Amino acid sequence: MSERGHFEEHCFVSGHTACAGCGQSMAARLVADVAGKNTIVTNATGCLEVFSTLAPQTAWGTPWIHSLFENAAAVASGVEAALIHLGKLDSIRVISQGGDGGTADIGLQALSGMLERGHDILYVCYDNEAYMNTGIQRSGLTPFDAHTTTSPRGTHSSGNPKQKKPLVEICAAHHIPYAATASVGNPRDVQTKVKKALDIRGPKFIQIHVPCPLGWGSEPVDTIKIAKLAVATGLFPLVEYEYGRLLRVTKLPSPKPVEEYLKLQGRFKHLLKNAAELKKVQEVAQKNIEYYGLNSKA
Amino acid sequence: MFSVLAAIPKSSSRNRTGSWRSLVKPHYLQKECINCGLCKMICPEGCIEGTEKNQYSADLDYCKGCGLCADICPKKDIEMVSNQGTE
Ligand SMILES: Cc1ncc(C[n+]2csc(CCOP(=O)(O)OP(=O)(O)O)c2C)c(N)n1
Ligand code: SF4
Ligand code: SF4
Ligand SMILES: [Mg+2]
Repeated sequence: MSERGHFEEHCFVSGHTACAGCGQSMAARLVADVAGKNTIVTNATGCLEVFSTLAPQTAWGTPWIHSLFENAAAVASGVEAALIHLGKLDSIRVISQGGDGGTADIGLQALSGMLERGHDILYVCYDNEAYMNTGIQRSGLTPFDAHTTTSPRGTHSSGNPKQKKPLVEICAAHHIPYAATASVGNPRDVQTKVKKALDIRGPKFIQIHVPCPLGWGSEPVDTIKIAKLAVATGLFPLVEYEYGRLLRVTKLPSPKPVEEYLKLQGRFKHLLKNAAELKKVQEVAQKNIEYYGLNSKA
Repeated sequence: MFSVLAAIPKSSSRNRTGSWRSLVKPHYLQKECINCGLCKMICPEGCIEGTEKNQYSADLDYCKGCGLCADICPKKDIEMVSNQGTE
């Protein structure tokens, strides 16, 4: 191993093979470093699993298990049960993680089971809004009007016809102690929320918005700027639920127009000259702002 | 049919991903740094070191040249410069 200090400092280290500027690799380190080395991670199939662990090499400094695509939360449930049996759950934390496809679509059943049975696990969903590792297919978390290889723009289509699945609400509806959204646009907030979640016993869920330069057609250097704009426009609201109740949101006193967010990404470039579609995307943001009370005072 | 599929922790250190860099690399000016630690916090590679003012630097053996450290630095104390002549 290298002598360099950064390998000692982090629980998820250099030498992984994510694309330059990958928001998911940034978020994974924010999570891993807050959790620290007394943590066992289970990871669904997807970019994070592939770029972190080109077996027999791995960038993880903690015990880490690659599950199947659909069952990271079930494998974590077994790990937690084993730790209870061994009397070690007081000193070891369990994190389960996956992409938007692995969490909101194919892994939703395993996740719901984990939440319903009440395991002491933090589930982290890295939401890059499509199945990136297999070539940018649309998922239940792909936003409205985004171009993907299975929701292509063209003469009869302006991209994904569906809205993002309300994943954090689905999790909160299990009345778990904590369910939240976060964004790499605000890395300190990511770490605060992960720390808060890990201090609570029981099932916790955090969905982190992570730009993907490859799939979004964006510049690597714009990853943080784009993540910030998703929040500032109202397209990705930052919210916190406790026991099923919405308790805190990141307020937007003056939301930015959605064009500012869309114009930095190739997946939305077909919208920029289409006033009717732009209006529809602006309405998605407006609905979020009203639904979550993002612009209300107090 | 079955075999042990295990990896040594942090063994990815063998992949010198710095060779991926194409046009630019970060240059730490080390003049206006206020030790906020933001560059180190957000580097997708986790290859930045530093704990004191004007002491931060990137390990170019792993830096992919994304430019995010320079983008987030509130003091504009990191510049992206030509990557020519690094390798
Ligand atoms: C049961 C099953 N179906 C399909 C696949 C192929 N597959 C591997 S990764 C992946 C996409 C992962 O997408 P997501 O969960 O959003 O993570 P990302 O790669 O975008 O980070 C797919 C479809 C698989 N491994 N297992
Ligand atoms: S395809 Fe996207 S999510 Fe996957 S490594 Fe590249 S930037 Fe990251
Ligand atoms: S350019 Fe990117 S990879 Fe290189 S040190 Fe800066 S943030 Fe890290
Ligand atoms: Mg994805």
